Amino acid sequence: MQLTPGSRWKSAVCSTEVVVVKGPKAEVALECGGQAMIAHAAAKPEGQKPAEAFSAGTQPGKRFADEDTGLEVLCTKGGQGSLAIDGRAITPKEAKKLPASD
Amino acid sequence: MHTALLLEMAAGAFPERTAVGSPRGGVTFEELAARARAGGAWLDEQDAVTVVFIGLNSATLPTLLFASAEIGKPFAPLNYRLPDEDLRRLLARTAPSIAIVDDDMIGRVEDVPGVLLAERSNFERACADPKYRSAPPPDADHDIAVLLFTSGTTGEPKVAVLRHRHLAAYVTSTVEFMHAEEDEAALVCVPPYHIAGVAAGLTATYAGRRSVYLPTFTPEAWVELAAAEQVTQAMLVPTMLGRILSVLEARGEWLPHLRSISYGGGRMPQQVVERAMALLPQVDFVNGYGLTETSSTVAVLTPDDHRAAMASSEPAVRRRLGSVGRPLPAVELEIRGPNGEVLPSGQSGEVYVRGEQISGEYLHKKVIQDDGWFATNDAGWMDEAGYLFVEGRLDDVIVRGGENISPGEIEDVLRQHPQVADVAVFGVPDNEWGERVACVVVAKGARPSTDDLAGLVKSKLRSTRMPEVWAFRDALPYNDTGKLLRRQLRAEMSAAEPATVGAAR
Repeated sequence: MQLTPGSRWKSAVCSTEVVVVKGPKAEVALECGGQAMIAHAAAKPEGQKPAEAFSAGTQPGKRFADEDTGLEVLCTKGGQGSLAIDGRAITPKEAKKLPASD
Repeated sequence: MHTALLLEMAAGAFPERTAVGSPRGGVTFEELAARARAGGAWLDEQDAVTVVFIGLNSATLPTLLFASAEIGKPFAPLNYRLPDEDLRRLLARTAPSIAIVDDDMIGRVEDVPGVLLAERSNFERACADPKYRSAPPPDADHDIAVLLFTSGTTGEPKVAVLRHRHLAAYVTSTVEFMHAEEDEAALVCVPPYHIAGVAAGLTATYAGRRSVYLPTFTPEAWVELAAAEQVTQAMLVPTMLGRILSVLEARGEWLPHLRSISYGGGRMPQQVVERAMALLPQVDFVNGYGLTETSSTVAVLTPDDHRAAMASSEPAVRRRLGSVGRPLPAVELEIRGPNGEVLPSGQSGEVYVRGEQISGEYLHKKVIQDDGWFATNDAGWMDEAGYLFVEGRLDDVIVRGGENISPGEIEDVLRQHPQVADVAVFGVPDNEWGERVACVVVAKGARPSTDDLAGLVKSKLRSTRMPEVWAFRDALPYNDTGKLLRRQLRAEMSAAEPATVGAAR
């Protein structure tokens, strides 16, 4: 899958959506709920559910930066599945709260 | 990623929250997204590359910002306060473009080649038109998000280029999505063509915070709107804060809902900050330092920093009230010498920044280095704990006999005098020393004697800092976003006969 910066992807098994902030160094599979994510414009298969091991859920606004692959994504819509790269679960960065300055 | 996605996310997560205006009758995030989509579809039909805005602050501003983003056309707000001739010249540089113009300003900008005009009310009608609201989502490339003309105090204004990736990086790295409390409201009073006005529209949306727009700034109108809308936070440029404090004092109005004031866009006199903290003890103060070319803020002095400095008897901590705080987590910052060498803490040089939000680019001219570092043209130094002290534009630093002198340091001392209302320090040409220190004072009440003022400087600073040219005036020249026009003073004073300088008014 072409995870180019700015490209948008959605889960095949729940309502999760992400946007790629930084592409990976080499091609990887981005998954949600245990299945490869699909292009934002693509039709979603019906009747699918997240696999048990990848059902912790996603929340909009969470940012993921994977050190191993260099891939960075932002979750733009939450869902019941959780994200993984090539079968390896990834966790969001801790948010650092800054005071509003503009 | 592009900035319209920020609004799409907000509309998806909190559709019913008020985005702009009063809680009753305002525009919700869902409605703002629908308007931006419709406005974008209408703009897409126009034969134009760039979307220009000329007008006062209003709810149209965020709509237009996101509508342009939606269809991938650069958004260029222009300074409507410029004389007609200058405004038309800038507008001509945006062609081929469509300009959305406040209805009562359209006569000022007619017949500029390559520029289509539309009244603001027309654009607003398109945003409500069912035909455009049902348009399919556009398939657009998102590259340049915003074009901002610099204030041009040194010559013809340059056009700073901010790409979607810069602004999106700034927002997503500094703002936690939808973290605003339901009752939060930000008052936007910086003009639409200021980077802080653009950034405010984006960050408030991502935070899920309501914004109210002040059409044009007066301290009285600001206080009235803040009270009526139960405003919880606002960003101010330096000249605004002191004037607002005077209105609050005169009226005995203490804005109980106000929780946070951020300030930036120029040097804030430390005395004004101290006065503000004393008058509004319930308010958090934030100093944000940044440039147009850095997508707004790159360093912040936090509310805790303010309080720690204010409460400290340690001079090194106390003086941090005059600093701009520490770099944002996603921004690297260095102080470099004239040969590009990185300087240790305590030494003054040029401020360099690097990070994903840094554009460092003008139309037809990239000034950012290949390794991502951007020279800000600001002079400054960092203390042991990493607090940044900005001394002003590099060109404003006075070089006297090879020694660099920061005007701000001398101004801060002179402002402590009870008969000094305002003061500007700058260099004027000198045959022997290269430059010498000149000073223009605005008196508060009776004019202080220069001996008296010199005595104050002598008691606080090294002898090389002593102004050699003194003048008094009724007011100092500022541009409309609160930047002191030192160059104008320098030109006037350099042209004046030395013998008459002391008495010049």
